[in-house]
Amino acid sequence: MEKKNRANSEITGKLIAAEGLDGSGKSTQIYLIKRWLELEGYKVAFTEWNSSALVKEATKKGKKRKMLTPTTFSLIHSTDFADRYERQILPLLQGGFIVLADRYVYTAFARDAVRGCSREWLRKLYGYVRPPDITFFFKIPLETAFHRILDGRPQLKYHEAGLDMGLSADPYESFRLFQGRVYDEYLSMADEFNFTAVDGSQQPNVQQENLRNIIQQRIDLPRYRWKDHR
Amino acid sequence: MERPQINVKNFFGCQLPGVDPSALKGKLIVLEGADGSGRSTQIEILRNWLERTGHACVTVGLKRSMLVGEELEKAKQGNIMGPITRSLFYATDFADQLENKIIPSLRAGFVVLADRYIYTLMARDIIRGADPDWIRNIYGIALVPDAVFYIQVPPKTLAERNLRKNHMLDYWESGMDIRRSGDMFESFIHYQTQVQRTFGWMHTIYGFKIINGNRLVKTIANELQAKIEGLLSPQTVLAGGGGTGDGAYPEHMVLTQNQEKI
Repeated sequence: MEKKNRANSEITGKLIAAEGLDGSGKSTQIYLIKRWLELEGYKVAFTEWNSSALVKEATKKGKKRKMLTPTTFSLIHSTDFADRYERQILPLLQGGFIVLADRYVYTAFARDAVRGCSREWLRKLYGYVRPPDITFFFKIPLETAFHRILDGRPQLKYHEAGLDMGLSADPYESFRLFQGRVYDEYLSMADEFNFTAVDGSQQPNVQQENLRNIIQQRIDLPRYRWKDHR
Repeated sequence: MERPQINVKNFFGCQLPGVDPSALKGKLIVLEGADGSGRSTQIEILRNWLERTGHACVTVGLKRSMLVGEELEKAKQGNIMGPITRSLFYATDFADQLENKIIPSLRAGFVVLADRYIYTLMARDIIRGADPDWIRNIYGIALVPDAVFYIQVPPKTLAERNLRKNHMLDYWESGMDIRRSGDMFESFIHYQTQVQRTFGWMHTIYGFKIINGNRLVKTIANELQAKIEGLLSPQTVLAGGGGTGDGAYPEHMVLTQNQEKI
């Protein structure tokens, strides 16, 4: 990754990504990392999947009308990601920030491959992005993740449940099967992309302590302190 | 006439999920060329000729997808996208048309006339600094057309034709987003020269046919029809077909798509 399309020589920032299934606890943990770093006075910024205004309307329309194929699903999300990457992530990294990403390209690699896109094509599609300095992969028993997502939620969204794949007509069954495959795809990428696995079934504060230790070991944090901070 | 060869379609790169290329019985014919090259005129003439000879046709172009066509037009007006984002947005538009229009039409045995295809998209991105390997991988999802014609016209003539028709030059076709000077005419010539150079490079890879567009409309139409005729199945050519290629508009006898099978 990274060598194409962009000169990355000037990048002084650091990128930390959190990957895992919905319900794995990654969003909670990355939020706590953000709070820790900002309260300690570091240059930190947060970015999450699927939040760019530019293609939001088209994505919404495509999903609502169920007109997306695996390829257009993949491409429209990659457009969305690129917009965020070019306008937010890359400038932040060039500006010397620690960027926390709630999901990164591995979400696309896992999800789109399960939908049938070529793995090689996907890796090249995102070939311009900078790989994270740390990628936390939140491992959790599937049943635990299902309960966290499904408890108190009467309805699953069409694509979220993988209903476009025709695995099962029952949304809940489809969701289980789909998420199971996504999880397997994540596992198969763990070595290729040097994931740092974390146990998402531990108590939140125990997990957080572990994550903070890893970050302190791998990133020279004092370099990222605001010079003019309070 | 001898039987046309069984020609199974291929993808440039990886196969699109869920598509069996051997089921695509129609023909995909692509016309490339700048605005002012006569591309759209030739598409129209081809369509009339094909429908007159009993071929069901469908025309596709850029920025026409249901999914993002509208949004793309809007975003283009504002020029708010980064280069990678713009590449991918166009790729999304292309993929939507490929899967929802081109492939179903080919499956149904139609002749698909593409008013521009991946070559224009790739050329634009490469000129703006995209990595050629990256962009070629993205369009690896595209079907290899049965024929590609690139209508080439000298940049100065293109400028004259565009000015004659619109009394102004298009912002993007003049490469104003990557301009070196404020002079729009100069920028147009420079940009179109770059486009032609890039097409020249792509020609060495993809081997499409280069058509001299600096001739009479009718002469070009005749050449295209002669080249396309060989691709079409003789059984479906009705009397009056024959590729005399007079290019007249047969309003009185345009066959609808449904009539072909009767």
